[in-house]
Amino acid sequence: MGLVIAALSGCLFGAGLLISGMLNPGKVIGFLDVTGSWDPSLAFVMGGGLIMSFVGVLMARNRSAAMDGQKINVPDGQQIDGKLILGAAIFGVGWGLAGICPGPAMAGLGSLALEFFIFMPVLIIGLLAGRFLRGAL
Amino acid sequence: MLIDFEAFTPMASTFGGAMIGLAALLLLVGSGRIMGASGILTSLVLEQSLWRIVFVFSLVVTPWILMQSGMVDISLTFVADDWRLWLGAFLVGVGSQLGSGCTSGHGICGLARFSKRSVVAVLTFMATAMITVFLLGRGV
Repeated sequence: MGLVIAALSGCLFGAGLLISGMLNPGKVIGFLDVTGSWDPSLAFVMGGGLIMSFVGVLMARNRSAAMDGQKINVPDGQQIDGKLILGAAIFGVGWGLAGICPGPAMAGLGSLALEFFIFMPVLIIGLLAGRFLRGAL
Repeated sequence: MLIDFEAFTPMASTFGGAMIGLAALLLLVGSGRIMGASGILTSLVLEQSLWRIVFVFSLVVTPWILMQSGMVDISLTFVADDWRLWLGAFLVGVGSQLGSGCTSGHGICGLARFSKRSVVAVLTFMATAMITVFLLGRGV
C-alpha cells in the first residue's frame, strides 16, 4: 500500500510540475523577474498547491495514523535559527541563477533536456556539502 | 511592474499546482510523510529505500510519458550561461540542506501547516531569488 501511494504521489507531482510550468526554468525566472515583464503564473501554482495541501493537513489531523498504518511524521520544530535563514537565502540565489529547484530537477530528467542532466550531479554534490555544513555549523 | 500576459498561464498553473498539492496530500494522509523534494533526493542518495525509489521513478517517468506522447506540449527554455546552471545547482543543493527544505517542503507542505520556520524560509528564498534575477537579469 505504501508503494502504491508513493507511485501515485510521484506521478501527480511530476505531472503537476510539468503542467504548471515549474519544469520550465525560463518561466520560473519570468516569475522571479518582478521588476521586469512579470509572469505571475507561479503564484497560481502556489495557490492551487496550498489549497490541496491544506486539505491534506486537515485530513491528517483527524487521523491517528496514516492510511498505510504508519505514524504521521510532521516536523514540529519552531525555532528560527541562523542555519534556516542562511540556507534559505543561499537556496534562493541558486534558484534565481538557474530557475530550477529540486522537484523540477528530478522531474526534468524525464524531459530528456541536457541541462537537467548537467544540473542533477552538481545538485547532489551541493546537497551532500550542505548536509555536511549543517552538521558542522 | 508590467505583467507579461503572453506568458501568463493562470488556468494551467492553478491546475498543475493543485496536482502538486494533491501529491503532497496523498503522501501525508497515505503514508504520513512530508513531500519535500530535497529531503527525498538526499535520502535516496544516502540510503535507497524502496518507497523513495518508486516515488522518484514515477516523478521522472510521468513527464517523460506526457511529453513523448505529445499529451503535453511545452517547450523548455534554460539560462544561456553554463556558470549560472552549475553554480545554481550547487547553491540550491547547499541551501536546501542547510535550510531544511526547498520549494515543495517549505512552500507547499510547510506553509499549509502554518509552520513558522517555513514562512520565514519561503519569504527569505523568494526575496533572494528575486534580487538575484533583478541584479543579473533573466539570462535566458
